[in-house]
Amino acid sequence: MSAHTQVGAVPAAVGTWEPRIVAFFCNWCTYTAADLAGVSRMKHAPNVRIIRVMCSGRVDPQFVLEAFAKGADGVLIGGCHLGDCHYVEGNYKAIRRVQMLRRILRGMGIQDDRFRLEWISASEGEKVKRVINDMVDKLRALGPLGLPRRFQEWDRELAPLEQAVEAEAKEASAHAG
Amino acid sequence: MPGKPTVAFYWCASCGGCEESVVDLAEGLLDFVGMVDIRFWPVAMDFKRSDVEAMPEGSLLASLINGAIRTSEQEEMARLLRRKSQLVIAYGACAQLGGIPGLGNQFGHDQILRLAYEDCPSVQNPDKTRPQSHVQDNGRTVTLPHLHQVVRTLAQVVPVDYSLPGCPPTPEMLQQAITRLLSGERPAKGSVLAPDIALCEQCPRKDSKPADLRLEEFKRPHLTRLDPQKCLLAQGLVCMGPATRGGCEAACVRGNMPCSGCFGPTSRVKDQGAKMLSSLCSNIAASTEPDIERTLATIPDPLGTFYRYSLAGSLLRARADRQR
Repeated sequence: MSAHTQVGAVPAAVGTWEPRIVAFFCNWCTYTAADLAGVSRMKHAPNVRIIRVMCSGRVDPQFVLEAFAKGADGVLIGGCHLGDCHYVEGNYKAIRRVQMLRRILRGMGIQDDRFRLEWISASEGEKVKRVINDMVDKLRALGPLGLPRRFQEWDRELAPLEQAVEAEAKEASAHAG
Repeated sequence: MPGKPTVAFYWCASCGGCEESVVDLAEGLLDFVGMVDIRFWPVAMDFKRSDVEAMPEGSLLASLINGAIRTSEQEEMARLLRRKSQLVIAYGACAQLGGIPGLGNQFGHDQILRLAYEDCPSVQNPDKTRPQSHVQDNGRTVTLPHLHQVVRTLAQVVPVDYSLPGCPPTPEMLQQAITRLLSGERPAKGSVLAPDIALCEQCPRKDSKPADLRLEEFKRPHLTRLDPQKCLLAQGLVCMGPATRGGCEAACVRGNMPCSGCFGPTSRVKDQGAKMLSSLCSNIAASTEPDIERTLATIPDPLGTFYRYSLAGSLLRARADRQR
């Protein structure tokens, strides 16, 4: 596996692998709750990279796919409880998209536990901790998704011809020169 | 004698429709061959691969390659034409985005070959013979191209200068593109040679698209009597117009069929399927989980709907847990 231990892109061997979660938290509820969890000195697993967005309705499905494509093992979206959205209906847009996106992910072989939507209000620091720890446990059970590594593996079949063509071109230009 | 600029046409994993669109130039084909010399076009003219190999590097002005790349032979031809051409143009949805053959990326090789050579109802193959890439025959080794692990867009295999989108591109687009290139114009590398606006902007039914769609259920065109004037989204059809590039003059909508997305996304979008899903689903009327599920269930094949032409070129490319 040592050939694939490239910084930041590819998970290493399962022994040293740690789940990596990209979390999109809404500014008004879940991000504030994560802040509360921190101020209250709650401990949760360190496997999450939080990205603050203004609303769970701002999370474009492309963000989720790109996170997976770039090496996330899980994606978590956190927003205000239904009815509590600062922008009235942003979280309704989020849940509608998430339900369809889950079907797309299933069709692409990405397990349900890798993608999660949670409503966490500003006062629920405890829930932030619980959700993150629970998701980390589930991802550990699933193992790495490692899409960048899979892409590299698929594309290895292009290398032989690429090299052959380069060599041929070099030879042709040598003859021409 | 300084000859005319030369071009090549080639087809990879495609249906032949892109070739047909060149023939659809009709009398325009005469103007076309007045402007350029066609040096390679296997579907219509008798040239051999060795003719291409004999050309000096970069001697073709442009190669217009249609079809996705799914076999070793297609990869080889794409690389050969790349070397011989100043410009490589991905011609049509399959070369640009993976197209319909790209939907094969949902399945493993064995699934595909078993369906094609064993399970398909019209196939009789009691010995379960499958195509081999090497066969011994009278002491000689005969070879056939092999299937790649995944279907690829042209740009995933060789550098592509421009794309002409569509299934197929319109003859007008081909004519315009060649005229632009012959005049010496060189749009930025990677450009898609079509307007960079959503189809809805060009749609003749644009004025009947409501600001708030509030979709209750999705209807399928073959089961629905369609109003020929009203916005198809407003009639509950999955019309890909909002997430698809214009340039086709809304040909399908004018034929009273919803857009299926063959022109791909605009330059601001990375993943056409995700963008369409985003736009469509946020406009659903339902607001509880079971009601949303009920509405969404009326789209039986979301991958084949949102990613009909763009799966191979999408962010996830292929089903992650496919078996070889």
